[in-house]
Amino acid sequence: MNLRSKDLISIKDLSAEEIGHILETAAGFKDVLGRDIKKVPALRGKTTVNLFYEPSTRTRTSFEVAAKRLSTDVINIATSTSSVVKGETLLDTAKTVLALGADIVVIRHKCSGTPHFLARNIDASVVNAGDGTNEHPTQALLDLFTMKEFKGGIQGLDVAIVGDILHSRVAKSNIYALTKLGAKVRLIGPPTFIPDCLKDLGVDIYTDMNAGLEGVDVIMMLRIQLERQGKGFFPSTHEYFRNWGLTAARVGRAKKDAIIMHPGPMNRGIEIASEVADSSRSVILDQVTNGIAVRMAVLYLVSGVRG
Amino acid sequence: MPKELLDKKDIERAITRMAHEIIEKNKGIRSICLVGIQQGGVHLANRLSAKLKEIEGSDIPVGILDISLYRDDLNVRKEQPVVRRTQVPCEINDRKVVLVDDVLFTGRSIRAAMDAIIDLGRPSAIQLAVLVDRGHRELPIKADFVGKNIPTSMEETVTVHLAGDGTEDRVVLE
Repeated sequence: MNLRSKDLISIKDLSAEEIGHILETAAGFKDVLGRDIKKVPALRGKTTVNLFYEPSTRTRTSFEVAAKRLSTDVINIATSTSSVVKGETLLDTAKTVLALGADIVVIRHKCSGTPHFLARNIDASVVNAGDGTNEHPTQALLDLFTMKEFKGGIQGLDVAIVGDILHSRVAKSNIYALTKLGAKVRLIGPPTFIPDCLKDLGVDIYTDMNAGLEGVDVIMMLRIQLERQGKGFFPSTHEYFRNWGLTAARVGRAKKDAIIMHPGPMNRGIEIASEVADSSRSVILDQVTNGIAVRMAVLYLVSGVRG
Repeated sequence: MPKELLDKKDIERAITRMAHEIIEKNKGIRSICLVGIQQGGVHLANRLSAKLKEIEGSDIPVGILDISLYRDDLNVRKEQPVVRRTQVPCEINDRKVVLVDDVLFTGRSIRAAMDAIIDLGRPSAIQLAVLVDRGHRELPIKADFVGKNIPTSMEETVTVHLAGDGTEDRVVLE
């Protein structure tokens, strides 16, 4: 089975079958990560360019490791040190990258829709590594892969996503993916972070943390972006933690075998208590490892679709 | 018109003989590991291991190997091959690995399988067991244990059905 598109831009565009196919492919790649020689020759001779217009260590490194383990050559372009600071447009940068021989362009940009624009204008495969407040599809895929690994499947799971839903591309991609695969999603957080219109996506909204966590299988915490402080979204980080921080007592509301996830980087003591982040229920480091397997699957599958 | 080349009894006899040959060549089964190539070889590897246990009385490790990431046609195929699991339950360093596949044809899968195995470790030897050798090799590769040699034309297809997935044992030429 092939994906329908040469690009991976959004979860919204994927069918449930395509998501399932990516997750199954990722299981094969996870086998590779457990070996002494963690490299396969599948994409030998291809070139991947990481084009990051926003600071990122975790996602960029994960894509870089994934690309290298598939034997592609990797070029990292961070815009702070490139000709972008000299005023080059996105499309000119991308065309230059293509002229250098790129087969896959992985892009992160602060403006929503940038990967869509790029995909329409270049022949190489475009993979979205996060666009503005819109989507972060590979994060959702690795989150689903991790849930599947610990819970056996996605269908019928109760998943709580807690925090700044409004500004979170991770939350949006997860909502699309989880609802497509038949999970029940609850959003928990202050009303300023959860616009009512999100109800249209088929989710339940809770402002009370204890009520929202009752009986869930998965607790997915989001990072509170500290730059939102003092802009009227929440009074203070202390008060945020008091109302919506994940403490051991609140974890007790969830199912006994519930898992705790976080896309990182964490703000300990703001959205999550240290003892919870480091507890045996936390799968946060599994998410990091699974991220490599899922991104290998994505790079492998998009390079199989030829125009 | 599909033609049956081997029936249940023929296949049983072939597997029994191959098991004896594996034991004879390796002077027992102590240092060997069977590795079935996804998907056709996996079932045959299980059948061979059951037969080896029946004869020698001890368990033998059986692994499964996916070769899609090692294929030589990834750049020319229209579709990416489906990536399946690779699970080899034993250390293969200094062990004899018997690769198992249902049909030996061009030899390209076996080339890919040998590369995949060597990325897992350094076996003391790699041997090859196939139920059917249909000829038309494109690489210098030869099987050590063959159930049946069957001359075919390039246009024909050989399909191996092994009991377990709801079908009867049989090998069919179409």
